[in-house]
Amino acid sequence: MFSFSLRPRRNKSAETAKERLQILLAHERADGESPDYLPMLQKEILEVVQRHLSVSQDHVEVKIDREKDISALEINIEIPGPSSLKVKAGA
Amino acid sequence: MAKIIVVTSGKGGVGKTTSSAAIGAGLALRGYKTVVIDFDVGLRNLDMIMGCERRVVFDFINVIQGDAKLKQALIKDKRLENLFVLPTSQTRDKDALTIEGVEQVLNELKEEFDYIVCDSPAGIERGAHLAMYFADEAIVVTNPEVSSVRDSDRVLGLLQSKTRHAEEGVEVKTHLLLTRYDKERVARGEMLNVEDVLEILAIPLIGIIPESQTVLKASNIGMPVVLDDKSAAGKAYEDAVARLDGEERDMRYEGEEKPGFFQRLLGKTG
Ligand SMILES: Nc1ncnc2c1ncn2[C@@H]1O[C@H](COP(=O)(O)OP(=O)(O)OP(=O)(O)O)[C@@H](O)[C@H]1O
Ligand SMILES: [Mg+2]
Repeated sequence: MFSFSLRPRRNKSAETAKERLQILLAHERADGESPDYLPMLQKEILEVVQRHLSVSQDHVEVKIDREKDISALEINIEIPGPSSLKVKAGA
Repeated sequence: MAKIIVVTSGKGGVGKTTSSAAIGAGLALRGYKTVVIDFDVGLRNLDMIMGCERRVVFDFINVIQGDAKLKQALIKDKRLENLFVLPTSQTRDKDALTIEGVEQVLNELKEEFDYIVCDSPAGIERGAHLAMYFADEAIVVTNPEVSSVRDSDRVLGLLQSKTRHAEEGVEVKTHLLLTRYDKERVARGEMLNVEDVLEILAIPLIGIIPESQTVLKASNIGMPVVLDDKSAAGKAYEDAVARLDGEERDMRYEGEEKPGFFQRLLGKTG
């Protein structure tokens, strides 16, 4: 059994709270009322990839890590093994 | 067989989200694969309390509407192997939740998880109804004050009439979780005591969570309070989870631990 303790942090937790909120809210405000660009982005990327490879939404992993100055968006597309891989004509 | 547990209350701000996070993490600590779902559409908060707010990609509504796969929307906790969060949408309104959509997502989750914890929004409207509808068990979060107890009673009525189990003539198992319990104010007669609340609501008590500074600190840093196993609130949640899991434990209602003289000198208190 392991244990986490809040004690050694003394009263600094409010600073952490402020920082977390600033980062999150900056992103939410920038996104405005239409932050649903990610489903759209995924759909469009998938369409492009599908022109060349047979992959489905199940093979896509999208990760995001929002930071203060820069965010990392990571899109992993798992390509099925050679047996099931059907490269489309001309590709 | 997966168990669906709703954390509900009627009244707002009594500690549902805090409790959902703590209970979810507590179950994961006990080795159960657990997912906590935020049903509070438009007011996403569970992600903050669980510390994964910066990693939200897709949400519950995206999954219901077919814009994302369930697997893509689940966020894995960074501390606990067995813990996952399904965040809600911050921008849609609660009409985006449909009963069919919720059922489909829950059915899919049941295949993979041992426990599905549903963090209900306040009130008794659509969101709260959907959060409780498919539940096998309910944790009714109550503060020791009149309006909270009254709302809990109302919710208990709904649990036994407006849920799928109720419609099929099966009783939903209910547990009372008394939170923000301030022993000193109870002693001064300013707040209802445990016995009063139990006498009125007449359901089994699963735990008493003291009013505690640690809860605020845990939310500040985005860590379920049960992970602080030194704190009274953390221990109280750990006990409650053990009881939920069928273990017998004596009910201890510790207040917030008051720092000893030496600890204060050493500045080790938070
Ligand atoms: N045991 C406790 N001691 C001290 N503060 C607490 C305790 N439990 C919850 N709180 C505080 O009460 C507030 C409301 O908690 P929480 O968000 O969990 O309630 P909720 O029932 O989910 O609210 P809502 O109805 O808005 O969804 C928060 O500020 C939280 O930190
Ligand atoms: Mg809440």
